[in-house]
Amino acid sequence: MTTVDAHRTVEAVWRIEAPRLIAGLAGLVRDVGAAEELAQDALVAALEQWPSEGVPSNPGAWLMAVGKRRAVDLIRRDQRLRRKTAELGRELEISGGDRTEAEYDAVVSDEIEDDLLRLAFVSCHPVLTTEARVALTLRLLGGLTTDEIARAFLVSEATVAQRIVRAKRALADAKVPFEAPEPAERPARLASVLEVIYLIFNEGYAATAGDDWVRPTLCEEALRVGRVLVGLMPAEPEVHGLVALMEVQASRLRARVGADGQPVRLLDQDRRRWDRLLIRRGLAALERAAALGETAGPYAVQAAIAACHARARTPGETDWARIAILYAALARLTPSPVVELNRAVALGMALGPRAGLELVDQLVDDPALKAYHLLPSVRGDLLARLGREAEAKAEFERAATLTRNARERELLLGRAAEMAEDGS
Amino acid sequence: MRFMLLLKGDPVGELPSSELIGAMISFQEELTKAGVLLAAEGLYDSSFGARVIYDSSTRRKTVVDGPFTEAKELVAGFLLIQVGSREEAIEWAKRCPVEKAVEGRPDHVEAVVEVRQVGDIDDLPDATDDQRAAERQQRADRGRR
Repeated sequence: MTTVDAHRTVEAVWRIEAPRLIAGLAGLVRDVGAAEELAQDALVAALEQWPSEGVPSNPGAWLMAVGKRRAVDLIRRDQRLRRKTAELGRELEISGGDRTEAEYDAVVSDEIEDDLLRLAFVSCHPVLTTEARVALTLRLLGGLTTDEIARAFLVSEATVAQRIVRAKRALADAKVPFEAPEPAERPARLASVLEVIYLIFNEGYAATAGDDWVRPTLCEEALRVGRVLVGLMPAEPEVHGLVALMEVQASRLRARVGADGQPVRLLDQDRRRWDRLLIRRGLAALERAAALGETAGPYAVQAAIAACHARARTPGETDWARIAILYAALARLTPSPVVELNRAVALGMALGPRAGLELVDQLVDDPALKAYHLLPSVRGDLLARLGREAEAKAEFERAATLTRNARERELLLGRAAEMAEDGS
Repeated sequence: MRFMLLLKGDPVGELPSSELIGAMISFQEELTKAGVLLAAEGLYDSSFGARVIYDSSTRRKTVVDGPFTEAKELVAGFLLIQVGSREEAIEWAKRCPVEKAVEGRPDHVEAVVEVRQVGDIDDLPDATDDQRAAERQQRADRGRR
């Protein structure tokens, strides 16, 4: 095996093993930051040894064995960690080293699922900034390297590394325990986890920055972490709801980009390009969410909306009335002018542009939408359909100045150019 | 990136042991928990199958009933996974417990997991735009059934 091949293999193993490795080590040392560093040490050891000695038959157990040995050393040296682990009554075998792989497997796998769940909650802890939560989630639960995260978010690797260092420090300063939240806190903490995953997905689905309109890799990473969460929390309807939403939205990824990289709006998409496998998976996840929850949560409602589009063979078949009702339900769950704006779009389709415009006009003074490019974009669309082209043109142009995505700006300027100047 | 893990082998006349079934179920569970498994199916052995063979010299097609020999070339099942790289797909393939299908057999046999990337008509330079459109239409129609 060449060194390059070996490195690629180590990376692939890391990708698969990192979440369980870090979770298992955090379960031992009760400290996510320390666990991440121990896992990193194990990775370095693998990079040193595997190219010459070959990849072990059970690479996950190998990494865990190295990580655990270092954990024992660390606990011996580190008073703080010693206290933490002693408080929990965890006795660590100091002998280390000479255990068999099977024994290591047994020690860790008993609790690994619980540890992964703790890791998810700690990665998205409210003491962390959103950026830190995103970076930690991708690093710890997604198994991505800092370099991969940096490329995904178009920032430098140093920036991502810095975010992770600060995040670990923030967790240590706030003395965040390596525990899942208490029942009373759980709904809010779960919402934070789901929010972070959906944020990652959305950055891939409608990039807020950069030259590309979509970045499918980010969507795939978010989906992967979402599917992992389903396994960890199978009884939580909103986890299924979020996965349903992401599966259905991801089914459109290829259709959202035109031949020249420009964005293609939902109603203009070639629906034959939608990925039917992902739609089927999304609809199945939505059914599971519905079977678990008495009333649908915000993600399940959004998934139900996405499913309305997925079921329509042509744009004309879309059940806009149902979509408008679902947006009304969403507005009750999570009141927001953005939801209202979407409801206006649905109303505009179900009842005609006048009904949509009436609702949009109630939103124009909302400070939350002041810099939101989709407000003038939607308003422009409704005005255009009413034949008020000069007003529509101004709205499209305003929308173009507000978006940060280059491709979307082109689309909006294109629509502005189509409008007649004189408003006739 | 999507990959198909093709499980090769053809245990004619013998159904999978409960040990093999258990190992495959655990493996699929592992893939599911890691968020990478999209679909999986197993196939009956080739004695239930047939081949349609076209011969270029006679220009005729003939039907040949199974079973077939060359067992290690025959597909016994597949797993469809979504992963970050070819290397990751290979790592998962290494974890597939195919050894359970051949363990304890007196003769020398190989159990093979073939790793193949799922293609996309957009990657075929000779496909015309009409062909691409037709292929997409077919996909859309298949998805509705």
